[in-house]
Amino acid sequence: MSATAKSRRATNDPLWLRIVLIGISFAFVGVLLVLPLVVVFTEALRHGLGTYLTSLRQPAAWQAIKLTLIAAGISVPLNLVFGVTASWAIAKFDFRGKSLLITLIDLPFAVSPVISGLIYMLLFGMQGLFGKTLAAWDIEIIFAIPGVVLATVFVTFPFVARELIPLMQEQGNEEEQAALSLGASGWQTFWRVTLPNIKWGLLYGVILCNARAMGEFGAVSVVAGHRDRTNTVPLYVEALYNEFNAPAAFAMASILALLGLVTLAAKTYLEWKLQNQFRETLEPAAAEV
Amino acid sequence: MRLALKKHSVLPGFGMTLGYTVLYLSLIVLIPLSVLMARTATMPLAEFWNTVTAPRVLAAFRLTIGASLAGALINAAFGFVVAWSLVRYRFPGRKLLDAVVDMPFALPTAVSGIALTAIFAETGWLGQFLFPLGIKTAISPLGVTIALTFIGLPFVVRTLQPALEELDAEMEEAAASLGANRWQTFWRVILPTVLPALLTGFALAFARALGEYGSVVFIAGNKQLQTEITSLLIMIKLDQYDYAGATAIASVMLVASFAILLAINALQWWVARGRLEGA
Repeated sequence: MSATAKSRRATNDPLWLRIVLIGISFAFVGVLLVLPLVVVFTEALRHGLGTYLTSLRQPAAWQAIKLTLIAAGISVPLNLVFGVTASWAIAKFDFRGKSLLITLIDLPFAVSPVISGLIYMLLFGMQGLFGKTLAAWDIEIIFAIPGVVLATVFVTFPFVARELIPLMQEQGNEEEQAALSLGASGWQTFWRVTLPNIKWGLLYGVILCNARAMGEFGAVSVVAGHRDRTNTVPLYVEALYNEFNAPAAFAMASILALLGLVTLAAKTYLEWKLQNQFRETLEPAAAEV
Repeated sequence: MRLALKKHSVLPGFGMTLGYTVLYLSLIVLIPLSVLMARTATMPLAEFWNTVTAPRVLAAFRLTIGASLAGALINAAFGFVVAWSLVRYRFPGRKLLDAVVDMPFALPTAVSGIALTAIFAETGWLGQFLFPLGIKTAISPLGVTIALTFIGLPFVVRTLQPALEELDAEMEEAAASLGANRWQTFWRVILPTVLPALLTGFALAFARALGEYGSVVFIAGNKQLQTEITSLLIMIKLDQYDYAGATAIASVMLVASFAILLAINALQWWVARGRLEGA
C-alpha cells in the first residue's frame, strides 16, 4: 500500500461511518432546530391566509409591534455607541484592569433573563429602592414602557462590544497612528480609518443585538407585568397562547420567526464577509515575508 | 495619575471613552446587580434559608439542575457528532447545516417555546406518536429537558468546531502507524485533545440552561413540585409581590452561574497555559 493511501486511511473515516454520522447530524438538527420553524409557519397558516392576516391586523398586534420597535430602536443605538466607545478604550490602549473590564461587560450574558428583569424591579418597583420616590413624582418605570426598554438594554448590553473588541485588538493601531501623523484629527481618524475597518463586525454585532432586543421574553415579561399596554410581540404571543388563541399566537410568532431567519441569513453572509476581510489583511503580511 | 493608569499612546480619546464605558456599565449593569446582592445580604439568614429550602423551591432546583445537566450531556454527545461532521466531511447541505445550528440564537425563546410544545405535546406533531408509547415529552421533566437541549446545542457545536479544525492530522497518522485502530485513535488521541473544548461547550450549555425561561415554560406545563423551573418560581414570587422570596432564589441562581463562568475561565486559562508549555 502506498504511503498516501495509508495516511488517508489513518485520518479518514470509512464511508459507512461518515454516512451514519452525517445522517445523525441532519436528523438531530432537523427534528430539534428546523421542525419548530416549520411548525410555526404551518400552524400560523392552518386556518388560511385570511385568518392569518386578520390576526396580524388587530390593534393589539400593532401596539405590540410598535412597542417592540421602540424597545429595539432605543436599546440598539445605545449599545452600539457603548460598544464602539468601549472597544476603542480597550483595544487601542493598555491599562490596568482591562481583563476585568472585559469580564464585566460580558456579565449580562451570564445573568438569567428573569433575574435581568428582577434587578430593575428591585430598583424601580413599588417595594424597590426608588419606588416611593418615583411614585411621589408620578413616574412609572415598572409595568410601563421605560421598564421594558431598560430590561431590553440590559440583556442586549454586550452584543456590539464583544464583536468589536477582538476585531479592533487584531487590527492594532498602525493605521490610526499613520492618519494622525498625517494631520488628521481624532474624529477624522475614527470616521475615515477605524470605522471602515470595523464596519462588517459592527453590523454583525448590531444584527445579533437587534434580534435579541426584538425577541427578548423573560426579562421583559418580569417588568411588563402582564398588562396589555406593555406587550411586546413575544409577550403578545404568550398572551394569545394562554387565551387558547393558538392560530393568532402562531401568526404573531411567524413574524418573529421570519426575523430569526433574516438574522440567520445576514449572520452567515457577514461571517463570510469577515473571513474574507481577515484573509485580505493577512495576505499583504504574507507577501512581505 | 493618568500615566499610572495607562501606557503612553498617541491616539486620542482614552479618558473620554474609558470614562463613558465605566459610567454606562455601572448604570446599566453593576449598580442594578449589586442591589440584588445587597438586598440578599440584608435579609435575615433564617428567612433566606427557609425560602431557598422550601419544598417547592428545592423541587425546582432539582428539576432545573437535573434537566440542564441532561440537556448539556445530550448536546455534548450529539453536538460532537454535528461538529465532527461539519469539520471533517464534505457533503451536500453542509453549509446549510452549519448555518441552522445557530437557530436557537436567532429564534426568540417564546417562539421556540410554543413551537416545541406544538411538536411534543400529547396531541402534537410527534407527541401523538410518543405519548401512546409511554414517552411523555411534555408537561414532564423530559419536556423541560427537550427545551433545554434545544437552546444549548449551538454552544457545544461552536466551541468544538475550532478545536476540531486545529486537530493535528499528524498525531492521528502517528497513532495509526503505531498500530492503533480508528476507535483507539479516537479515544486515546482525538478525544483527550478536544476534551477542554468539549467541557467548555458543555459548561456553557449548562449555564445557559440553568437560567432559561421562555423556551421551557410552555412545554413544562408548570405543575407545582413537578415541572416548575427556578426561573418560573422567581416569576411566580414576583406576581405575588414577594420580592424577598424572589431575590433569595435569584441570588442562589446568580451565584451558581457566576461559579460556572469562573470554572469556564479557569478551564480556558488552563488550556492556554498547556498550549504555551507544549509549544
